[in-house]
Amino acid sequence: MTTEVTTQPRRAAQASQKRKFMIEAIAVIAIALILIVLMPMLLTGFRLNLLGRFLALAIVALGIDLIWGFTGLLSLGHGIFFALGGYAFAMYLELNTLGEGQLPEFFGLYGVTEMPLFWQPFNSFPFTLLAIFLIPAIVAGLLGYLVFRNRIRGVYFSILTQAALVVFFNFFNGQQKLINGTNGLKTSTSMFMGQQVGSDGMRMFFYISTVIALIAMYALCRWLTSGRFGRMLVAIRDDENRVRFSGYDPTAYKVLVFAVSGAIAGVAGALYTVQSGIISPQVMDIAFSIEMVIWVAVGGRATLVGAILGAVLVNMARSLLSERFPDVWLFFQGALFLIVVTALPDGIIGWGRRQFGSAVSSTLGLAPTNLPYLDDSPEPEAVVETPEFADK
Amino acid sequence: MLEGLIGGLFNGISIGAVLLIVALGLAIVFGLMGVINLAHGELMMFGAYTTFVVQNVAKSMGGIAPEIYVFAALPLAFVVSALLGLLLERTVIRYLYGRPLETLLATWGVSLILIQLIRSISWPMVIGLVIFATLFLIGRWALTRYTDWDRISQWANPIFLGLSVAIAAVVSFLVQSSGSSQFVRPWFGAQNVDVTPPSWLRGGVAIGSALQFPYARLFIIVLTILCLVAVYWFLNGTAWGLRIRSVTQNRGMSACLGIPTERVDALTFALGSGLAGIAGFAVTLLGSVGPNLGGNYIVDAFMVVVVGGVGKLVGSIVAALVIGIVTYLVGSGTIALILPPTAFFQPAIDFFNFFATTSMAKVMVFALIIAFLQVRPAGLFPPKGRSVEL
Repeated sequence: MTTEVTTQPRRAAQASQKRKFMIEAIAVIAIALILIVLMPMLLTGFRLNLLGRFLALAIVALGIDLIWGFTGLLSLGHGIFFALGGYAFAMYLELNTLGEGQLPEFFGLYGVTEMPLFWQPFNSFPFTLLAIFLIPAIVAGLLGYLVFRNRIRGVYFSILTQAALVVFFNFFNGQQKLINGTNGLKTSTSMFMGQQVGSDGMRMFFYISTVIALIAMYALCRWLTSGRFGRMLVAIRDDENRVRFSGYDPTAYKVLVFAVSGAIAGVAGALYTVQSGIISPQVMDIAFSIEMVIWVAVGGRATLVGAILGAVLVNMARSLLSERFPDVWLFFQGALFLIVVTALPDGIIGWGRRQFGSAVSSTLGLAPTNLPYLDDSPEPEAVVETPEFADK
Repeated sequence: MLEGLIGGLFNGISIGAVLLIVALGLAIVFGLMGVINLAHGELMMFGAYTTFVVQNVAKSMGGIAPEIYVFAALPLAFVVSALLGLLLERTVIRYLYGRPLETLLATWGVSLILIQLIRSISWPMVIGLVIFATLFLIGRWALTRYTDWDRISQWANPIFLGLSVAIAAVVSFLVQSSGSSQFVRPWFGAQNVDVTPPSWLRGGVAIGSALQFPYARLFIIVLTILCLVAVYWFLNGTAWGLRIRSVTQNRGMSACLGIPTERVDALTFALGSGLAGIAGFAVTLLGSVGPNLGGNYIVDAFMVVVVGGVGKLVGSIVAALVIGIVTYLVGSGTIALILPPTAFFQPAIDFFNFFATTSMAKVMVFALIIAFLQVRPAGLFPPKGRSVEL
């Protein structure tokens, strides 16, 4: 008797979950088909290239959602990892274009006659592919370890990541002799697999790779956030001290998730670079990294779809508005920050779920879902108890 | 060599003084409310532009005015930025207390708006803003008074907001397209503007043959000291200062004891913003003034707050001076010069020469700050007590 009582709802829940998974998989495949098959037919080459860039940016948004939406770490320095991935790929392309023993052209300008040591491994394509993931992940892991180890969190963490961003910007900007400083590396005329990167065929190739990478990263984030690991992340976000007192080590989880997020940003950076034709220290601008955060906020924190949607929508609005009224864009962006924070804290997805959520799930035959970020409790950092301002 | 060291120290201290005056307001606001104000740099910029306006007025007055305009600009810069900060606190930030990360994003939004405002503000825009404010505020007042506001606010609010914006935008656009070109020109534009310091602040004291202490830098050091003394006196010698310290220490208990915490928050934010205005005034003496002025100082100022620790003025002072001096000594290559040029020290000399530019010095200082935080995660002077959160 009792077993029936307990297993019945569980079976129903399992069935519902399975159904949900199926629906999600079908939706993802459908969207992928639309993006890969339909969009190239509908859009001009220029617009398709823009869409490809936005999808690459959506990948970073996924990474930020992972650490901000789920783990509660607001990073203002994801431009670092984005740039590292982009530079890694651009360096490979630069070398791939040259013949044996030649040096990239810009080295001649600064009187460098010998290739710097750290350029050497980028001759190999497998190494480059690994580097796109690993270098940002290692940098993020190291930075994360040094910061989280000391239980530095909240706004302190945000400020430190921002400072790290400024530091990396200064480093890349100042080192002409190593990586061409302000000018950055141009990729549009480089050769990749026997074709020019800027050619139509290659553009299509990179567009499709971006869509595939986006889906892969979505799957990765979905997998990470759905199981025990994901629950741990949410627990750290909601009450880190309680997690610590329960015998877990939040530091390890935070370092790991920050490194994963950095790796995702690196992939995005590589794909963005080949589609925009250049990587320069400008992508480590302070404003760009904060913008990434707002894409996630617009779409809806702690909803992976929201991150993608937000990134694509905000960037479309940006390209439409700044093409026609360049003056208005900053006002619009500023207002977007204010509105999202004050009036729409759950973003578009959260708002939509609240308005239409029950209707949608009942038509699809699903149990109503609880929103992950929709409780009214403020963030755990709410109580800042700092004794004594003045000096004694 | 001694001269080089003294000169290096002086320059470092003067960089530190600028950092300190920027960070002072930040530290107070952050200490009290745990709020990171990313618009602090833009409040500074408003102070700098106020100085620019005052200087232009003084120039047109002629006579002795261009010599003494700084004494009018200083309090005005404070008041303008403080009022702006008060407005910001009342309209945005007070709704976000207890959510520091959101506040950070909201203030960034405000800073974007302020930057574009300075770039494109012109008479038509001012007219539009005034019309919008009048329509919205008076209309809302009328509606709340004469209708069943609670019932209709759900849909009436957005409609009303949209209507006011639309009317204001149309009027502003009409003025823009009909007015004379002199009238519709932006006031400041996106270009940098120059503030010329009065003649008695140009030049400097020469000590020895190679050393010169510019008056402008000395003036900033003195100004910073005066600000510190004033803030110290305000916090420790006045009734409101006592309330601010009390709320910083324990908000809930202070509220129980009848301290109006909301007013304390507003006052503190205005004070912090006013100090940003003074910082803006100070940096006009060092270079030209542009819409992006704030961004150049803000990250360094945050580092001062992080290193100094929350809630202690002396922490900010020491942190600002140390960061200033180290930045200057590394950036100017002084350290490499001081080391004896023997083979033993050659690697160290090469190492320091690699960092001997302003931007690379920042790289090194940041590395040092991260290393420092490994030893003292809560800054130089961490708050004592049993609070779990840092």
